[in-house]
Amino acid sequence: MDTDQLIKTLAADNTHRARPVGFALMLALVAAAPVSLLMFFTELGIRPDVMTAIRNPFFDLKFAVTLALASAAIAVSLHLSRPEASLRGFGWLLLIPAGLLTAGIGGEMMMPQRLPMMTRLVGNNSRVCMTAIPLLSLPILAGALIGLRHGASARPALAGGIAGMLSAGLAATLYASHCTDDSPLFVATWYTLSTALVAAIGALAGSKLLKF
Amino acid sequence: MREREDEWTGLMRSAIAGDGAAYHRLLKAVTPVLRAAARRGLARAGQPVDQSEDIVQDILLAVHLKRHTWDASAPFAPWLFAIARNKLIDALRRRGRRVFVNIEDFVEVLPGEAPVETASASEVATQLQSLPARQRDVLQSIAVESASIKDTAAKLAMSEGAVRVALHRGLAALTAKLREQ
Repeated sequence: MDTDQLIKTLAADNTHRARPVGFALMLALVAAAPVSLLMFFTELGIRPDVMTAIRNPFFDLKFAVTLALASAAIAVSLHLSRPEASLRGFGWLLLIPAGLLTAGIGGEMMMPQRLPMMTRLVGNNSRVCMTAIPLLSLPILAGALIGLRHGASARPALAGGIAGMLSAGLAATLYASHCTDDSPLFVATWYTLSTALVAAIGALAGSKLLKF
Repeated sequence: MREREDEWTGLMRSAIAGDGAAYHRLLKAVTPVLRAAARRGLARAGQPVDQSEDIVQDILLAVHLKRHTWDASAPFAPWLFAIARNKLIDALRRRGRRVFVNIEDFVEVLPGEAPVETASASEVATQLQSLPARQRDVLQSIAVESASIKDTAAKLAMSEGAVRVALHRGLAALTAKLREQ
């Protein structure tokens, strides 16, 4: 086939309209979410004392951090789905959850504590946390990658890594309602490690799946 | 240069608004620039430049299937060159070379480079044969016989909608096969 013929064919297909990447990503996340929700409610569930816990600002802070991470990663993912995009001007969004967490740690330091710092950091649930967040992330990560395949990222591994952070943010939001460790030190340690693990899986998968 | 790129942006905006003729003109206009960059990339990697047409067609298919990622309020050329650079790097890597491709390679067609009007390429043609019969027939009718969607529908006893679907799926399948090879 010569190139003129190919161009003719492409022009004939001009009426076809692809959906915007944001829409594809949203659809894929909505489709994947029930799988993670099902896993969460059958295996973990919301902690029984949730009604008293919501009056603890450090319990609420967990959701602020995880939701900030998820929304920042969604925004960066959509930005990176354009081939000419770079992280510049958008990467700072990912610092918002880190900033919230740092402020939380500072806040906790200034309050009188019943437990020593290391005890709060290690917590009671670190192993569950490190298992649950990555596992709950996987269905969401699969959905996010399927949605982002509609984009055209020039940096597929990076885009996959951010998709991993997005999934970890959403999964951690679920997990945070189960976990009884509310110290920002616990969150900064174990949630971050889990997120890094999912981001690495996302980067690996993205380097294959997000090439266009 | 500026003027040329503004013209591309205008054509692409019309294309997205549904103007097929503008889209055709745009693709014709960018092809020589893509071809020159592909030839330069191949030459620099020590590869025969006669493979450039495969790369050009690969880029054109990607431009087509990913054009919804272009932000219509931004200039078109940076988006185009980002797609092209990505595809060119991929193509050169597949031929076993790691090379660095400059964006500048796309910006200017050097004087003295013989303009090639149009050329055949073997990869798309080969993959075309492996498509399902329906998609292949539709693509061939439109590409080789220059039939319109309407004429193709009449000839293959399909509805126009079915021809459009087969055409789009065929192009998407071709692109996927080129990526896998």
